[in-house]
Amino acid sequence: MLHSGLRGKGRWFAFLGVLACSAGAAQGAELVAASAPVSALDSGDIAWMLLASALVMFMTPGLAFFYCGLVRKKNVLSIVMQCFMILCMVSIQWVFCGYSLAFGPDKCGVIGNLDWMGFATVGSAPGAYAPHIPHRLFAIYQMMFAVITPALICGAFAERMRFSAFCIFSLLWSTLVYAPVAHWLWGAGGFLGTSTGCLGAVDFAGGIVVHINAGMAALAAVLVMGKRRGFPHQISPPHNLPVAVLGAAMLWFGWYGFNAGSALGANALAVNAFLATHVAGAVAGFVWCVLDWVKFGKPTTLGMITGSVAGLAAVTPASGFVEIPGAVWIGVGAGVVCWLSVTAMKAKLNYDDSLDAFGVHGVGGIWGSIAVGLWATQTANPAAGVNGLFYGHAAQFLIQLKASAVVAVFSFVASWLLFKLVDHIVGLRVTPDEENLGLDLSQHRESGYTVID
Amino acid sequence: MKYIIAIIQPDRLDQVMERLTEKEIHLVTVSQVLGRGRQKGIAEIYRSHKEAGSLLKKIKLEIAVNDVFVQAAIDAIMQGAQTGRIGDGKIFVFDLDHVQRIRTGEQGNDAIG
Repeated sequence: MLHSGLRGKGRWFAFLGVLACSAGAAQGAELVAASAPVSALDSGDIAWMLLASALVMFMTPGLAFFYCGLVRKKNVLSIVMQCFMILCMVSIQWVFCGYSLAFGPDKCGVIGNLDWMGFATVGSAPGAYAPHIPHRLFAIYQMMFAVITPALICGAFAERMRFSAFCIFSLLWSTLVYAPVAHWLWGAGGFLGTSTGCLGAVDFAGGIVVHINAGMAALAAVLVMGKRRGFPHQISPPHNLPVAVLGAAMLWFGWYGFNAGSALGANALAVNAFLATHVAGAVAGFVWCVLDWVKFGKPTTLGMITGSVAGLAAVTPASGFVEIPGAVWIGVGAGVVCWLSVTAMKAKLNYDDSLDAFGVHGVGGIWGSIAVGLWATQTANPAAGVNGLFYGHAAQFLIQLKASAVVAVFSFVASWLLFKLVDHIVGLRVTPDEENLGLDLSQHRESGYTVID
Repeated sequence: MKYIIAIIQPDRLDQVMERLTEKEIHLVTVSQVLGRGRQKGIAEIYRSHKEAGSLLKKIKLEIAVNDVFVQAAIDAIMQGAQTGRIGDGKIFVFDLDHVQRIRTGEQGNDAIG
């Protein structure tokens, strides 16, 4: 098994042609193999993590459907294109350097080095992050997270961004914002994470790394790019809500891989994360629905699926650290807080977060990441868990607050600068005429729907 | 010759078509349209954002008839579409200058029906 892995790596380097020689890579793999014997591999864990990786991959097309149902007919393909472009582009980036920057050997607690570029030495033997699955499988699983995170931002700049600008921004953001933040929380030695001597913030499946990170970038996008033409009164309603419901269902389904998979094995912790995820998503969808019903007289479909996604986002950092009561309260909080942010705050401040990427993922992520500091309990996770404020450890609450704030500020500032840079290079927005025509025709020369057969 | 345009409720289309057929009026074009009258539209809500007075779905019928069929066509539409509730729609009647069947080149009264 190991032997064939090495041969595969040799081929990869010959193909790439720019990196260090394959002999060096093979030597590195032998070192890893020596420190962690192949017998540590667990077929049950490997099976679950392969499936979980595929489930998380499925969330990006799910997000594409969720978002594209909410835009106008003339922009439906542009959203799908953005999500699929990220799937392709970030996957390449992740193999080339993204994984090494995020999870590679630590540099000053801030970033990984380039030792694992091109998955060098990332082989079939287990690595330090997950002792029972091939190191390569952990890298694959994390690849899917790196893919969906920048895709979340698309909801903020929908219907008005130039496709070339989008490609440049997404690639830069994945490399310069996602990779470092992932390292801070999850990389060995990352200064916000749980390595010895570091802050000690916990983020089970990406409340900070994924949702706060993407949510704050979304806010920066909204502020730099400005509103769509005709916002708010001349924007047509969502063009296909059933498609958005399909997308939300795909997201919910994939979220089991996202959260339960973050246990990195087929074990009781994964079951706990699965349950907490499902409960919080259900509670938040229900709460949003009731709030709509009370305030506007009608329970809305869009409100229900938005609430569920908000709850799933909020429970992401907590799913492996809380019991059922924690999951319920995180769901209730996500429903209320995100509903307020979309209903009251957006209307009051009058910004055009087109599909509420900040309002749902940013706000939900902040709520969930802080709520871990309240409801975390070691009974949910005896091996690696923490206790929160309600379980006698108030310091964890402050730690979560601090880590959330650091990432929120960094992501906002860095994203804002990147948007400005890309605006300077190619221009972020399409022309007013192109915007009126729709991005499907102006950016891709295609239409999502025909009018005449 | 007259050209009749009628805006009716979508759920009355079948009845109107039946009445028209009974009176031997077969030439009709139907389209789905959006519009509003005195009853205004229904406000829709998307993520708590109220869209004031969206337009309502209606059916538009277009019928070209010779003069002797004008009253019959109007009667058929009235019988089929009238419920007495707000939103039943309207009938508009225009003079028609010229009709020509593309297949044969027939013109005027011969081209209708």
